[in-house]
Amino acid sequence: MEKIITRHFGQENSHRLENYLKDKGYEAARKALTQMTPAQIIEEIKKSYLRGLGGAGFATGMKWGFIPKNNPKPKYLVVNGDEGEPGTFKDKYIFEQDPHALLEGIIITCYAIGSHKAYVYIRGEYLKSIQILQGAIDEAYKNEFLGKGIMGTSCDCDVVIHPGAGAYICGEETALLESLEGKKGFPRLKPPFPAVVGLFGCPTVINNVETLACVAPIILNGSEWFFKLGYANQGGNRIFCVSGHVNKPGIYELPAGITLREIIYEHAGGIPHGRKLKAVIPGGISAPVLTADEIDVKMDFDSLKSIGSMAGSGGIIVMDDTTDMVWAAMIAARFFAHESCGQCSPCREGSGWVYNNLKRIYHEIGRPHDLANLPGIVSNIGGNTICAFGDAVTMSVGSYVSKFRSEFENKIKERVCQI
Amino acid sequence: MTLKSEDHIFNPDFLQQLDKITAKYEQKRAALLPVLHLVQEKEDLISPESEKNIAQYLGIPVVHVHEVVSFYHLFHQTKKGQCHFSVCQTTTCALLGGEDVIEHIQKRLGIKPGETTTDGKFSLSVVECLGACEIAPVMQQNKDYVGCLTKEKINELIEKTK
Repeated sequence: MEKIITRHFGQENSHRLENYLKDKGYEAARKALTQMTPAQIIEEIKKSYLRGLGGAGFATGMKWGFIPKNNPKPKYLVVNGDEGEPGTFKDKYIFEQDPHALLEGIIITCYAIGSHKAYVYIRGEYLKSIQILQGAIDEAYKNEFLGKGIMGTSCDCDVVIHPGAGAYICGEETALLESLEGKKGFPRLKPPFPAVVGLFGCPTVINNVETLACVAPIILNGSEWFFKLGYANQGGNRIFCVSGHVNKPGIYELPAGITLREIIYEHAGGIPHGRKLKAVIPGGISAPVLTADEIDVKMDFDSLKSIGSMAGSGGIIVMDDTTDMVWAAMIAARFFAHESCGQCSPCREGSGWVYNNLKRIYHEIGRPHDLANLPGIVSNIGGNTICAFGDAVTMSVGSYVSKFRSEFENKIKERVCQI
Repeated sequence: MTLKSEDHIFNPDFLQQLDKITAKYEQKRAALLPVLHLVQEKEDLISPESEKNIAQYLGIPVVHVHEVVSFYHLFHQTKKGQCHFSVCQTTTCALLGGEDVIEHIQKRLGIKPGETTTDGKFSLSVVECLGACEIAPVMQQNKDYVGCLTKEKINELIEKTK
C-alpha cells in the first residue's frame, strides 16, 4: 500500500531538512511557484478531491477558491494543529516526524491563495511538536524555502507558531482565530465566513495539518493519482488513529475506502483477551458511536455520514464487551460539559444537565424521568448554538442512548428495585 | 513604556524578549497567549501584578488579560507542586484503567484533583484528552508525557521525585 503522509515516518532524522530533500523535498513547491498559476493549483486540488482532514471533510480546493480575488487586505493561512478531539493524535506525528512536508504544503497553499503569512496553531501541551516544527522553520529560512524571495522567485512566505493553552474549543476554526488574536476562544457567528473576514478581519483559509501535508504530493504526482487512491468523493489516504481495546493501538495511513472492520482486525490487531467488540467511536468523541454490527462501513466521509455517524478526525476508539455503555456515555458527557466554552446557554447549561443526568443513571440513583428527559435535553442543544460543539453533544450522547437503550433502562430498574 | 524595572520579572531584558514575540504578529495584543506562556515559565504562575504589567505592555485592559488567563486551563494563578501530574480522564484513558490511576495517585499523595501536598512537592489535575491515546492511560508530569500508566509506575515516579 502506497504511503503518502507517513512516507518518511520512522526514518532516522526524518524531521531534518537534509532527510526531506533526499526524497524530492520542496520540488513540489518549486514546481508550483515557477510553473503554475494560483488558479491552476486550486484547480488541481479541487480535482484531487482532497477533503479537510481535521474533521469537517470540506473540499479543500473549494475552500481556497472562496478567498476573494480583489480584496486589497492581506490574506492569511492558518494551520489548525490544536489537536484536541479525544481519540486523535495524528497531527503530532506529522509535526514531529515530517515537519517539512507540512511547511511545503504551507508554501504552496500560501501561493495559491495569495498569502504571505501562515500561523500554525499548535495545542500548548505539544511542546515537543512546537520545538521540532520551530527547528524545521529555522532550517527552511536558512535555506531560502521561507522568508523573502523563496527559492529565487518573487514569492514571500513567513511562518509563525502560535501555542494554544489547553482549550478544546479552540479547534473550532473561528474560536481558533479569536485565540490567535489574543482573546478567549469563543466561536464567531457565521457569516461572515473566515474566507472573507478571518484573522485580523482579513480573508483567511484555515486548514488542518494533515490536509496540508497532502498538498505537495498532489502537486508533484497529479490530482488524478491522488483521487484514485481514495474512494467516491474523497481522494487519497488518511491517517487513522486507533486506540482503546485493541492489540496494536497507533496510527495507520490507509485509503479512505477501507472498512472499519479491516482497520480494527487486520491493522490494529483485533480485540485483546479474546473478548468481543461492543462499540466503536469512528471519528473522535463527537462522532456518534457505532455498534459491532455496523463496522463493515467504509471510512470515507460520505459513507459514515450515510449511516448517521461521521468520519471526523479519524480517531477510532474501540470498546470491548466489558464496557458499560452508560458509563461510556457519562465519560463523553463529562468531556463536553468540561469543554463547553460557555458562550451559548443551550450548550453551557445543557451539557452540564446531560452529564449530571447520566451520572445519576450510572450510579443507580436515576429516576425514571431522568432517562425520559435525556433525549429532550440532548436534542435541544444541537442546532441552537453558534458552533458545531452543540451538535456534537447532541449526536454523540444521543447515539449511546438510542443504540444501547436497554442498558440505560436496566440501570433505572436496578435503582427502582433497591427502593 | 512606564514599567518599573524592579517590578517582578518585567526588567529590560525580559521586555526585550517580549518585543521579539510581539514583532511576529500584525497586532501586538495577538501575542497575549505566548506572552502569558513566557511569564508563567518565569514565575510558575500568572500573578495579578503580572496581569497588570502584561496589560500595560500590550495596551489592553487588565480585565481582558484576566479573562484570558481564567479561560485557558494551562494558565494558573496559584503555584502547582514541584511535580505536577495532569492525568487524562477522557474515553480511551478511562477505558484502559485511567480511573484507577487517578484514584491511586489521590490515595498515595493524600490529595484531590486541584490540590497540592502540604510540602509543596506534588499536585494533581485531572484533564481532558492529551492527544496521546496510543499510550493510554497517559498523563503529563510537569511538561513531559508519561504513558501506559500503572499503579507501579506511579509509585516509581513518586519515589523518584521524593
